[in-house]
Amino acid sequence: MTSEWPLWEVFIRSQHGLAHKHAGSLHAPDAEMAVRNARDVYTRRNEGVSIWVVRSSDVVASSPGDREALFDPAQSKVYRHPTFFPMPDEVKHI
Amino acid sequence: MYAQMVDTGLKKVVDATEATPEERAFQARVDADVKVEPKDWMPEAYRRTLVRQIQQHAHSEIVGMLPEGNWVTRAPSLKRKAILMAKIQDEGGHGLYLYSAAETLGVSRDDLIDDLHAGRSKYSSIFNYPTLNWADIGAIGWLVDGAAIMNQIPLCRCSYGPYARAMVRICKEESFHQRQGYDIMLAMCRGTPEQKAMAQDSLDRWWWPSLMMFGPSDAESVHSAQSMRWKIKLLSNDELRQRFVDQTVPQAEFLGLKVPDPELRWNDERGHYDVGTIDWKEFQEVLRGHGPCNRDRIRTRTKAWEDGEWVREAAVAHARKRAERAARAAA
Repeated sequence: MTSEWPLWEVFIRSQHGLAHKHAGSLHAPDAEMAVRNARDVYTRRNEGVSIWVVRSSDVVASSPGDREALFDPAQSKVYRHPTFFPMPDEVKHI
Repeated sequence: MYAQMVDTGLKKVVDATEATPEERAFQARVDADVKVEPKDWMPEAYRRTLVRQIQQHAHSEIVGMLPEGNWVTRAPSLKRKAILMAKIQDEGGHGLYLYSAAETLGVSRDDLIDDLHAGRSKYSSIFNYPTLNWADIGAIGWLVDGAAIMNQIPLCRCSYGPYARAMVRICKEESFHQRQGYDIMLAMCRGTPEQKAMAQDSLDRWWWPSLMMFGPSDAESVHSAQSMRWKIKLLSNDELRQRFVDQTVPQAEFLGLKVPDPELRWNDERGHYDVGTIDWKEFQEVLRGHGPCNRDRIRTRTKAWEDGEWVREAAVAHARKRAERAARAAA
């Protein structure tokens, strides 16, 4: 049996200028074929105007065990949200 | 339903008192509707059951391409042919989304495909029936994809993130499949008496196998109970089947077709249709490999895989050559 084609992560930019968003993954022998396959697998219904592919093995991810250390500190900083500051009704356009 | 009677490998539902602290924490997160992601800790039985279920589901998508492929060259018009090819391409895509979801659980796609070809892994019983006339393409879209949607919509909320996300994509596309099927049935039922007879013949053959797709009653099944606690199965087989019957019977009536069940009648008290007895012996036979087309399906799949081997090899060789050339040029 031949060696399996490497895995690629696919990111698609939809219309209206939004950022590329993870759509899924697929196997392909090289980057060029990964883009072609991504076009067939993930954009059959006008889902995108641009495709990025990245080797899955090149993605560096945070670990689930670090979830608290990474994300809990933000919970106590409610003043980072505009709703933290009540505005008097008389004040407009703010 | 594309995955039928998925085995959890367990003899009884995991009891909270016997569970390890990790298992309890896992179950608490599932109960709180927190999605499980690939790198999160999960019980081994959960992982194995999911691999089995997603794998069966993926196999069903790609084996499901075969009965439809039978009609690509025989579609009655260019329009119908283009639509059928788009649907078959979708099924291939659905298989790919699902194999990717399974791969996040640490298995390789080649191994999964090998399981299918070697008969170690199942696919839905429904795809072992032949497509004998053009109306069968209509009936498959209407009934088989209709039954699949019934099962897949709840799975969009299942506990495993990659599976749930694949289901969202798939459900969006399935409704095109079901509508194009009903559209074929409409055209045939509004056509000549011969065409309408073909539509009726097709419904006669596909009705019962479609009801069997949901699997036998699982009210007593340990596997289903455990899968429901894990939220990788959201509704019971009987519940899904009842929903399917309730929504499909009026659609058949609109077509002017007769559902081939003399015991079918509306039950005012229950607010549901009552159906006759399903022949589970036939279902078990098909699962055991003795349906009308089991051998043919696996033979066709295996041949496609083996015939494509040189293409896969050539693509790898080409990629390696180009990478080496680029490395030399950079040196």
